[in-house]
Amino acid sequence: MKCIKWIFGSTAILAIAVVLTAATRPDLAAASGDKSAGGATVKIDNFSFGPATITIPAGSTITWTNNDDVPHVVTSDDNKMFKSKPLDTNDHFSFTFTKPGTYNYYCAIHPKMTAKIEVQ
Amino acid sequence: MADLIRDNINKDGIDRRGFLQCMAWAGTGVLYSLHGGILKSLPLMQGGMSGKDMAKMKGADFSFIQISDSHIGFSKEANPDVTATLQIAVDRINSAAAPPEFLLHTGDISQLSKPSEFDTAEQVLKGAKAGRIFYVPGEHDVLTDDGRQYLDRFGKDTKGKGWYSFDHKGAHFIGLVNVVDLKAGGLGSLGADQLKWLQDDVRDLKSSTPVIVFAHIPLWAVYPEWGWGTDDSEQALGYLKRFGSVSVLNGHIHQIMQKVEGNVTFHTALSTAFPQPAPGTAPSPGPMKVPADQLRSVLGISHVNYVQGNHSLAIVDSPLA
Repeated sequence: MKCIKWIFGSTAILAIAVVLTAATRPDLAAASGDKSAGGATVKIDNFSFGPATITIPAGSTITWTNNDDVPHVVTSDDNKMFKSKPLDTNDHFSFTFTKPGTYNYYCAIHPKMTAKIEVQ
Repeated sequence: MADLIRDNINKDGIDRRGFLQCMAWAGTGVLYSLHGGILKSLPLMQGGMSGKDMAKMKGADFSFIQISDSHIGFSKEANPDVTATLQIAVDRINSAAAPPEFLLHTGDISQLSKPSEFDTAEQVLKGAKAGRIFYVPGEHDVLTDDGRQYLDRFGKDTKGKGWYSFDHKGAHFIGLVNVVDLKAGGLGSLGADQLKWLQDDVRDLKSSTPVIVFAHIPLWAVYPEWGWGTDDSEQALGYLKRFGSVSVLNGHIHQIMQKVEGNVTFHTALSTAFPQPAPGTAPSPGPMKVPADQLRSVLGISHVNYVQGNHSLAIVDSPLA
């Protein structure tokens, strides 16, 4: 039981830490504020992904929303793991990350736009 | 930024008013003529060309028009009716006193590669009185299906992803594709296959052959921070070094810029759809929104800092090149 308490206790501390970080980091706040069950959002504004780095637990789904007046294509660096259809203004794309790791991605038509996902 | 023409330092008598008249509307093409291997350009204006402009074109070997970035399907604030402005561009083409022998469309025909968008573009462009239209794709034209639809409609008889060359009255035209297989963090890309093809394509040409290269994304580093450049363009230009006259025509950035580097003249065309901001003057290169009643004047102003000279690519003397 001690172990279980300890695990729950650290999770709680971790959760507080995340909240605190989010409160002081506007980019993270935007991401965690939109979190629904097991999900997070990345916004595309002015030809950039925000936040540029997002950390999520394994099994979470990320939803990208394009707020620009031009289309973007969310694509994993390997061009295989995930690739959205062309996202017009206000279009969404979601992908669920099941395995821990660092996933770099970019916009296939504006490759200067790069960002990454840390899955824990 | 050192490559940009920021001010008119040429004593050519082109004042602000005259310049704005030239840049009056986004639905503009550029009329080129070839004089003994040297390209000259004139913006197309309402009502056709003036007598003075006509004189400049006199003696031309032939002329053609570059049209770019139609973005059919775009309907946002920056221009809710891009089909209408493309039509205006076609009307201007048809009112040119010296009819062009063909058109070059330097890409972004559509906004989202939708069949209906391509249909509309083809329908409007069909009204242009020009021999034929040569295309290269923009990134908006190859969003789906690995660009298959673009190739089927506009790139028949081309190589690879749509590159090709043709000869016209002694000049060699090369259409390049730098909008596919882009790498994360990079710029426009030609790729090894296309570069190899280019090297072979020009191998047997005489160095005195005028060469005109056209592609969507600029083949020079206009503003890499916004992706306005092509990663392997230097290699491509290397194959063209021995030629006495090379002209490079691009679109993508929705504004006119020119640069001369040795025997190579670079030129980017206006869009027929919407303007984009000058490099670094906005948070992103997205469409520039202006109130409808100010569209013309703001479009004109947005381009003031770039194109000068007497509209002749041949004699642009850029001290910043």
